[in-house]
Amino acid sequence: MTSTLYYIICAVLSVTVLLGISMMSKVKTAVWGNIISAISVFTGIVVTLLYNQIISVGSIYVYMLIGIIIGSTFAVRVKMIQMPQLVALLNGVGGLASALVGILTLLGVGQLVSDFPVFSDVTAVLAIVVGIVTLVGSLVAAGKLHRLLSQRPVVWKNHSVVLNLSLVLLAVSVIYAAFVGNVFGSSTDVTIILLISIVVSALFGFAFSIRVGGADMPITISLLNSLSGVAGAIAGMAIGDILLVSVGGIVGASGLFLTQIMCRSMNRNLMDILTGKTTIKKSSSPVEEIKEEVSEKQPENRGNLSDGEILKAAKSVIIVPGYGMALAQAQHWVRQLADKLAANGADVRYAIHPVAGRMPGHMNVLLAEADVPYEQLYEMDAINGDFKNTDAVIVIGANDVLNPAARDAVGTPIYGMPVLNVDEAKEIFICNFDLNPGYAGVENPLYTKKSGVHLMLGDAKDSLSKMIDWLNDCD
Amino acid sequence: MNPIFLILIFAVATTVGYFIIKNVPSLLHTPLMSGMNALSGITILGAIAAVGLSVTAARQQDVLLGQILGGLAVVAATVNVVGGFGVTHRMLKMFDKKKKEDKQP
Repeated sequence: MTSTLYYIICAVLSVTVLLGISMMSKVKTAVWGNIISAISVFTGIVVTLLYNQIISVGSIYVYMLIGIIIGSTFAVRVKMIQMPQLVALLNGVGGLASALVGILTLLGVGQLVSDFPVFSDVTAVLAIVVGIVTLVGSLVAAGKLHRLLSQRPVVWKNHSVVLNLSLVLLAVSVIYAAFVGNVFGSSTDVTIILLISIVVSALFGFAFSIRVGGADMPITISLLNSLSGVAGAIAGMAIGDILLVSVGGIVGASGLFLTQIMCRSMNRNLMDILTGKTTIKKSSSPVEEIKEEVSEKQPENRGNLSDGEILKAAKSVIIVPGYGMALAQAQHWVRQLADKLAANGADVRYAIHPVAGRMPGHMNVLLAEADVPYEQLYEMDAINGDFKNTDAVIVIGANDVLNPAARDAVGTPIYGMPVLNVDEAKEIFICNFDLNPGYAGVENPLYTKKSGVHLMLGDAKDSLSKMIDWLNDCD
Repeated sequence: MNPIFLILIFAVATTVGYFIIKNVPSLLHTPLMSGMNALSGITILGAIAAVGLSVTAARQQDVLLGQILGGLAVVAATVNVVGGFGVTHRMLKMFDKKKKEDKQP
């Protein structure tokens, strides 16, 4: 295969990948979009084997078979609620692969002689750094999401010092790579650079990720997603493979875009998160007092109508799911309740806040798993104006995303964050586990509101089946 | 390959990708992300090339190192690609399934 033909094929494959992604913008075409992307990658593999004349190297197929077995096991077995940690884990694995390609390039193992050794060495070290940061950062994030590690942000005494120092060291090792084999050229240089870049970037990835708390995970995962793409693109620069560069760039852009959306929806500045202003001080005593106060007044009846009668009379209902629904695995109960309400003549819709859950679009996937038609799922901006004309809102395991304090509590972490206007609805049913403030640590004034708020504390499944019973009783 | 070309390709791919991805609704952001995730496993091409070339280059110490590090890289990247596309497919099927059911009755 000539290089010209190879470059043309790479260009075509880049375009088909883009085509596949653009087909991901509609539910109808998305399945095929994904398949087209997969075929493009597969074609890329075949072309690489042919171009490098390595199609006869048997061990490659063995390694790939092992990868296929592990990968497909993950793909088949993972539950939808575990999607965030799976994505984080796979990000990390991708980062590892890029870092290894960088290491091999730096060592000159299995590489064609580069015409641009300095560029190749520098990008190789950069690929190692970004790849290892992605790997370790993702493993920590996946560990937190899988509850192997504490969800709480961990802050060391000298956290910023550690981060800044490791950044400086990494920058030095990248610059030093430019002189490998040139000025002070000897093979020990490579070993030192390798050691520094691997150890320090692992430290950086760990320090960066361990500081992030549960609700900032959507941003972290998006960012790591972006990094895994960038790592691939840089590895591609190191070995001079244009398909790696273009596809890696696309992935990097996608991750960056999602990161931006998440930041905007949480009213966070990306720099704040990177520089560690993610840690939010938990408000202490006042919260406890209010909690007890409210827990006492939890009557089944409010005014003349019982909660069940209110729910039965509702002609328009909006359901607001949050991460609590995912934790309680209550999406199927939600669907049952929605069916009951619809059979009762109510118009049921779902309001999805962009950062509800632990990754972008998490709620949509969980509800789709429970066979909720996606036409009923509304983005915040599309439905926020309708809350005031809604008879009943059912909140399931969501807190910060509907906290009215975000509008007027100046100085709190969520101030200015766009929230669902749940408080405008006539009746609000809140099925949360407890009355503790959400991740942001800001009390929710809805909990102490006198009228129109019905608190149903405890496991969301129990609360939901209670509501389903109410509707059954009315039949 | 000239570095300037490579950087240019990176810039173009990033820009074009960004604008295409902007059209994806938040409904599909999780599948989008896992699909992108699968694509980041494109490093498999580099890993395969390294494993293969380390054999054909035939320097004894290279072969071993290439097989160990490169082999690990191929396994990791394949897990990334297969796992990523696999779960994406599963999720998208979930979204699409209901559409067909709705049509039939």
